[in-house]
Amino acid sequence: MAVHLRSEPVWVRWTLIGMALAFLGLFIFLPLSMVFITGLNKGIAVYFKSINNPDALSAIRLTLITALVAVPLNLIFGVAASWAIAKFDFYGKSFLTTLIDLPLSVSPVISGLIYVLMFGAQGPFGTWLRDHGIKIIFAPPAIILATIFVTFPMVARELIPVMKAQGNDEEEAALTLGASGFQTFWRVTLPNIKWGLLYGVILCNARAMGEFGAVSVVSGHIRGQTNTLPLHIEILYNEYNFTAAFAAASLLAMLALVTLFAKSLVEYRYRAELKAALRLENHG
Amino acid sequence: MFLLKQKSTLPGFNLALGYTVFYLSLIVLIPLSMLFLKTSTMGWGAFFEVITSPRTLAAYRLSFGASFVAGLVNVVFGFLIAWVLARYRFPGKKIVDALVDFPLALPTAVAGIALTSIYSQNGWLGKYLYAVGIETAYSPLGITLALVFIGLPFVVRTIEPVLQELDGELEDAAVSLGANRWQIFTKVIFPTLIPPLITGFALAFARCIGEYGSVIFIAGNMPGKTEIAPLLIMTKLEQYDYAGATAIAVVMLLVSFAMLGVINYLQWVSSKRIGMN
Repeated sequence: MAVHLRSEPVWVRWTLIGMALAFLGLFIFLPLSMVFITGLNKGIAVYFKSINNPDALSAIRLTLITALVAVPLNLIFGVAASWAIAKFDFYGKSFLTTLIDLPLSVSPVISGLIYVLMFGAQGPFGTWLRDHGIKIIFAPPAIILATIFVTFPMVARELIPVMKAQGNDEEEAALTLGASGFQTFWRVTLPNIKWGLLYGVILCNARAMGEFGAVSVVSGHIRGQTNTLPLHIEILYNEYNFTAAFAAASLLAMLALVTLFAKSLVEYRYRAELKAALRLENHG
Repeated sequence: MFLLKQKSTLPGFNLALGYTVFYLSLIVLIPLSMLFLKTSTMGWGAFFEVITSPRTLAAYRLSFGASFVAGLVNVVFGFLIAWVLARYRFPGKKIVDALVDFPLALPTAVAGIALTSIYSQNGWLGKYLYAVGIETAYSPLGITLALVFIGLPFVVRTIEPVLQELDGELEDAAVSLGANRWQIFTKVIFPTLIPPLITGFALAFARCIGEYGSVIFIAGNMPGKTEIAPLLIMTKLEQYDYAGATAIAVVMLLVSFAMLGVINYLQWVSSKRIGMN
C-alpha cells in the first residue's frame, strides 16, 4: 500500500519513462546507429577494406601501443597513490588528492599544449632535444605523454575509496603474523581491491584509446606515423571519405560498447567490494 | 616520515608517497607550470591584448554560453532520466542505465562525426530541421547539441544516487499528513535534490567548456561566430603563436579551477548535511 501511495499514477509514470527514453534515443541511440549504418552502407567488403589498409592498421597499432604504455604506468601510480592516501594519515592529504584529480578539469587541448610548450622547439628542452636528435613533439612519445596526462587519475580515483573502506586491520594482522610488506600487499591488499582496480583500468583504457584533443595537438598528423585511430578518423572525414571514416569509427564505438558492458559487470562486483568493506568498518 | 600525523605499523609510506609526488610532478605539475612560465615571459600588456581581442572574447562567449545552455538542458533531462531510472521499473532498464555512460565511453571524435552527420543539411534529422528553417550544423545550436551529448552522464550520475538514498519514510509521513503527489514532490523531494542538481550542472559545465573533439566537426569554426575557445588555441598553435595560445589557455584553466573549487565546496556542503542527519 505504502509503495503504491509513494508512486505516481500509471499514466504519469509512463509519460516520464517515454520522455526519458525519447531523449536517450535521440542523443545516444541515434549517433550509435549512425556510426554502424554509415560504416556499412557500401557493403561489408568496403567496410573491411577501410580497416584493412596500411594507414588504418598503423593508426590501430599506435593506438594500442599508446594504451599499452599509458595504462600500466597510471596503474602503478594509482596503486602507489591510493596506498599512501588510503592507508596513512598525513598533512596535505586532501591537497594531494585535489592535485591528482587536476587533469580531469583541464581541457584536452590544453593538455596537449603544455607538452608542446615543454618539449617544442621554443621550450626549455627544445634546443637540447634537437641537438641530440630526439623527437618528442610530433612523434609517438608526445602522444603517449599526452595520453598519460588525460588518463592520469583514472585508476587512482577508483582505488582510493576501496582501499580507504577496507581499513588497515587485515594488513596489520598479516604483518603481526610475520608477513613481509610485499607479501602483505600481494596476498592481502590486492585480492581486496581487485575489482576496483579492474574497474579503473577499464575506464582508463577506454579514454587512452579514444583520446582526441590532446593527442591532436601534439601529433603533427603524419599519416602512417603519428596517427592514432581517432586522428585517422578525422582525416578521413575531412576528406569526405565518410564510409571509411565511419568504418574506422565503428571500431571505437565497439570498444565503447565493450567498455560499458565490462564496466557494468565489474561495477556490480566493485560496489559489493566497497559495501562489504564499509560494513566491516562499521561493525569493527 | 615528518608528514605523518601518527605512526603507522604499515610499511611503504615513504616509497608510495615519494613515487606519487614524483610521478605527479613529472606528468602534471611541471608541464602545467609551463603555462604560467610562458605567460610570465609575454608581459601583462601582450597578455591582455590577446585575451581581450574581439576574436578571443567571441570564442569565450560562445564556449561559456553554449556550455551554460547545454548544462541547463542536461539538468532538466538528466533529472528526468535519473528519476525514471531510480524510481520506476520498465523492460530494458539495465541496458538503458548502462547506456547513460555511453558519451563518456565513446571517443569524442566519433561522437563528433556522428552528430554532424545526423544534424547536417542532408542528415537523418537535419533534413527535416533545415526544411523548417532550423540550421543545426555549423551553428551555435549545433555546438550546444554536441555539448548536451557530452554533459548528460555527469548530471544523471550525480542525481541518481541521491534519489536512490531518499528516505521513503518522509514521503509516507507527508502522505499521512494529507499531502498529494505534487506537494510531496515540490516540498519534500525536490529541496533535497537542489545541491546535487547544482553539482551536476557544474560538472557538466566544467567538462563542456574545454570540450574539443565532439564539437569541432559540428561547429563550422568561423572566427567570431562558431569558433570555440579550445579551437582558437589550436589555430594559434598551428600559426606558431605559442604565446597567444597560452594566454587563452591560462584564462580557461583559471575558470576550470574556479569551477573545481565550487564543485568541491558544494560536495563538502552536501556531505556535511548528510553527516548532520
